[in-house]
Amino acid sequence: MNTSPTAALSINGVRKAYGAVKALNGLSFDIRQGEFFGLLGPNGAGKSTLISIIAGLIRADEGSVAVLGHDTVRDWRTARRQLGVVPQELVFDPFFNVVDMLRIQAGYYGAGKEVWPWIDEMLERLDLSAKRTAMMRSLSGGMKRRVLIAQALVHKPPVVILDEPTAGVDVDLRRTLWAFMRDLHQKGTTVVLTTHYLEEAQEMCERIAIIDKGVVRVIETTEALLNRHPFRFLTLKLVDGAELPASLRELVTSEKAGAVELKLEREKHPIASVFAALRSAGIGIADVSTRDPDLEDIFIELTGKALSSPQGAAK
Amino acid sequence: MNANQLGFYTLLKKEVMRFWAVLGQTVMAPVVTALLYLLVFAQAMSGRAEVYEGVTYTQFLLPGLVMMTVLQNAFANSSSSLAQSKIMGSLVFLLMAPLGHWEFFFAHVVAGLIRAALVATAMLVVAIPFVDLPIAQPLALIAMFLLAGGSLAVLGIIAGIVSSKFDHLAAFSNFIITPLSFLSGVFYSVHSLPAVWFKASHLNPFFYMIDGFRYGFFGRSDVSIWQSLAWTSGFFIAISAVALWMLMTGYKLRK
Repeated sequence: MNTSPTAALSINGVRKAYGAVKALNGLSFDIRQGEFFGLLGPNGAGKSTLISIIAGLIRADEGSVAVLGHDTVRDWRTARRQLGVVPQELVFDPFFNVVDMLRIQAGYYGAGKEVWPWIDEMLERLDLSAKRTAMMRSLSGGMKRRVLIAQALVHKPPVVILDEPTAGVDVDLRRTLWAFMRDLHQKGTTVVLTTHYLEEAQEMCERIAIIDKGVVRVIETTEALLNRHPFRFLTLKLVDGAELPASLRELVTSEKAGAVELKLEREKHPIASVFAALRSAGIGIADVSTRDPDLEDIFIELTGKALSSPQGAAK
Repeated sequence: MNANQLGFYTLLKKEVMRFWAVLGQTVMAPVVTALLYLLVFAQAMSGRAEVYEGVTYTQFLLPGLVMMTVLQNAFANSSSSLAQSKIMGSLVFLLMAPLGHWEFFFAHVVAGLIRAALVATAMLVVAIPFVDLPIAQPLALIAMFLLAGGSLAVLGIIAGIVSSKFDHLAAFSNFIITPLSFLSGVFYSVHSLPAVWFKASHLNPFFYMIDGFRYGFFGRSDVSIWQSLAWTSGFFIAISAVALWMLMTGYKLRK
């Protein structure tokens, strides 16, 4: 007997190719109800293709996607009602003002005046109240992004996908957005996030999938992912700019402003052994700090690539 | 599967609000253009013999001009709305919404008809004090308006879907809609044409739209009203099938 609740999103063997390029190569995973889920991957990994397939903008060559158990092709109407997607591109309809745009968007989903108080609440929460009757075309990029977020949430979907919601936006909006998303998540909304700011994913997401070249490289809780690699980083500033002994030089990952960073495996290179090696070489330490690996380090380990700047990634 | 009635009504309202927001451009401008045609042609052709007995050239011209304006505006409404939202990317809001192809289709067709009706009414209100126009067959008039305006709104949906640049849309309008409407007998009776052009006109669906619409006013026309109704209905059904297929399969809309 299967007692597990229906997945918020169930992705089963999804394949999509553009000519010879395989954008998605048999992707399968579930996102559980109520999760704050991170979908990470380098540019061209297939994240946006996957989101477009979930949203019904692109048809998969093979495989299926279900939103809360509703197939996005066979039962598309119900599936779409359960889903809110914030697209990556800053798209807008220039003919309308903010509040009309949101009411129109609600109407597409069969939601009428009963959601107008919710629209007002969102305008308030996203600091858009002053722009309520401003025409869409007159808004700045950051303001348009806020409207896009409100548009995706206007029909109160239980599953929300945010595709690079903070690309190119100021700190203020990021803070506003995450506070709002945390609230929605606490009230039971499933949130799926793609971002190039790994610290955001690390802070917000309970579980993370890293996809690369159209396949899932890893899918784990954020905590398990961070503990996956038993290493830590040690940064040293040596007295009088002394050179490291040869035994430690192979551990250096970076060197800047007179400080060297060493990557230490917890079992193999206890920090004490580094200090002992320095002491025996007669080298004094001017400053020292340690850092646990962050998601960026894990990401590089898994994909061999660093994430490029968010501006560049936003296309 | 239940239809999304509120979704349909909202999309229709949005399409009406879209042209309403720029009424000067979408309704007033075509009315002024058509009235200028009426003024110039009526003056230039004032000495011309009656086309039908008891019908002056100006009387003959007015229904044709109204229908030509209806056709152009029904087309312009759906085609520009779709092409614009497609090119600007805002079409994703519709494509991600739980709206089916019928709702999408009818919202655009009805919005095109509303704009066409406004333009036609405005033209007639301005012209009637100067041109005595009877309405002999109101039912035929309404049927021809709905079928012809509807057809061009559907053609606009197809043009909007097919166009990926504004240039494509302009080409559709300049090389298909305008020539077919100018060669449809708006300004003349096809009986005055040389034999080849007379025959060619009978292959132009716009000819039947204009001729049938004119029948609604005068009770007389170049071909039988039944022939006009049959041609226009057939055209409407054929292109609606194409447009609905495009919307259902996501042709050029969903990759």
